[in-house]
Amino acid sequence: MTQSTTSLPPLSTLSAPLQEGARPSDAPVQIEVERLNFYYGPKRALEDISLGMRRNLVTAFIGPSGCGKSTFLRTLNRMNDIIPGTRVEGRVRVAGQDVYGPGTDVVALRRRVGMVFQKSNPFPKSIFENVAYGLRINGLAGTRAGLAGRVEESLKSAALWDEVKDRLHDPALALSGGQQQRLCIARALAIRPEILLMDEPASALDPIATQRIEELIYQLKSTYTIVIVTHNMQQAARVSDVTAFFWLGRLVEFGPTDRIFTAPTEKLTEDYVTGRFG
Amino acid sequence: MTERVVPHFQEELEQFKARLLEMGGLAEERVAAAVHALVERDAELVERVLDGDGPLNLLHIDIDRRAFKLLALHQPMAVDLRAIVSALKINSDLERVGDLAVNIAEAARRYLRHPPVKELIDIPRMGDLAQSMLRDALDAFVRRDTALAQSVLNRDDTLDALKTQVFRELLTFMLQDQRTIEPSLDLILVSRHLERIGDHATNVAEEVIFMVSARDVRHHQGEEPAT
Repeated sequence: MTQSTTSLPPLSTLSAPLQEGARPSDAPVQIEVERLNFYYGPKRALEDISLGMRRNLVTAFIGPSGCGKSTFLRTLNRMNDIIPGTRVEGRVRVAGQDVYGPGTDVVALRRRVGMVFQKSNPFPKSIFENVAYGLRINGLAGTRAGLAGRVEESLKSAALWDEVKDRLHDPALALSGGQQQRLCIARALAIRPEILLMDEPASALDPIATQRIEELIYQLKSTYTIVIVTHNMQQAARVSDVTAFFWLGRLVEFGPTDRIFTAPTEKLTEDYVTGRFG
Repeated sequence: MTERVVPHFQEELEQFKARLLEMGGLAEERVAAAVHALVERDAELVERVLDGDGPLNLLHIDIDRRAFKLLALHQPMAVDLRAIVSALKINSDLERVGDLAVNIAEAARRYLRHPPVKELIDIPRMGDLAQSMLRDALDAFVRRDTALAQSVLNRDDTLDALKTQVFRELLTFMLQDQRTIEPSLDLILVSRHLERIGDHATNVAEEVIFMVSARDVRHHQGEEPAT
């Protein structure tokens, strides 16, 4: 097994010369991780991970349960800080800023790096207030009309506006599961982050709602850098540009999604994507 | 940003089909050029056909790669699956048509070294027929028109009959004057290549019927849906 080290792997792809559109290797690196180790107490959960996530691309993390993919995602905006007994070694940079450096304002960091969770978690408030909340607490509410405009823009970006525009003041908890998840995405987008982290965003949804979320991810990547953890390998294949395969806390392989799913270089990756284990 | 859900897979599938049509158009154009060069004794055009296989070969590879990627990343089902598998086969047929255009140009280059054996009548007819079969097979693919695809299958016998006719006629020339043997053999080869192009158009038409109705009509078999 070879481990990708500090230098970014070559993002050569299967794409033919005639293929239109930017190649994954064209985008600048937005999140750069160097030799990251992560510990839950004495147990090392992530071993020496180095990789770069590029702007306006969807990077997917796949791997069997317990492989460290969610833990890794949560190191990117310091969500693991709230778990006692954890420890981080190595470096994470978001647009050049050292995430674990002294003096890093975690609140400001999470404003730049939004997150959407597996289980949709709207506040027990109205649809409107759910989206407006982040703007208010961040002092971004502005005028009444300005706030309404930002809420509308966010709901449109999350492909939810048409379904809720006539009932913005209804309770958010009355929405369907898929709608609640899109509401949480709208809430994350309202404060205009640069990066969106998604931890199994569709695993609790039915196939139709899942497809809507996947299409939403595809649209959002033109504006955001997206990192998604998924149990569902097919979902990673469908929505991501770049895929990282984790196994036992290690990064086994990282490369363009089409290559990972058509011609992986590592035996372990091949065995995982072909369903031989995991 | 739109709220309409248009799966991006469908967009990629449409781009993929557009590539295949581009390939079909190119293959048809090259057959037309090769036959025209032979009939009009245009040596310069012969050379252009011989040198111009590159774009078609690039498309051949590009289409295969796109199909490979669509299958691996999107797990298509039902009509989408049939469309991609059919398109892969059509891709090979079109590539062979391009090669046959080169073979016709090679025969034309040799033929032009001799005085004409006769005025060419049936060969341009074969060329027109083969091209129309190819064009209609691809139109049937675009419009998902099984009736048009069936009409392509029906025309194949006419093309075969023309090939036999060309052979019989040239045989009489060769028997009369052995200096015509060499150029006549090249004309027979051309007729054979055109007949093969018709066979590839027939394959394309059969794939269209399979893609649209899931019926496998190859080798004159069953009218029942494929299981």
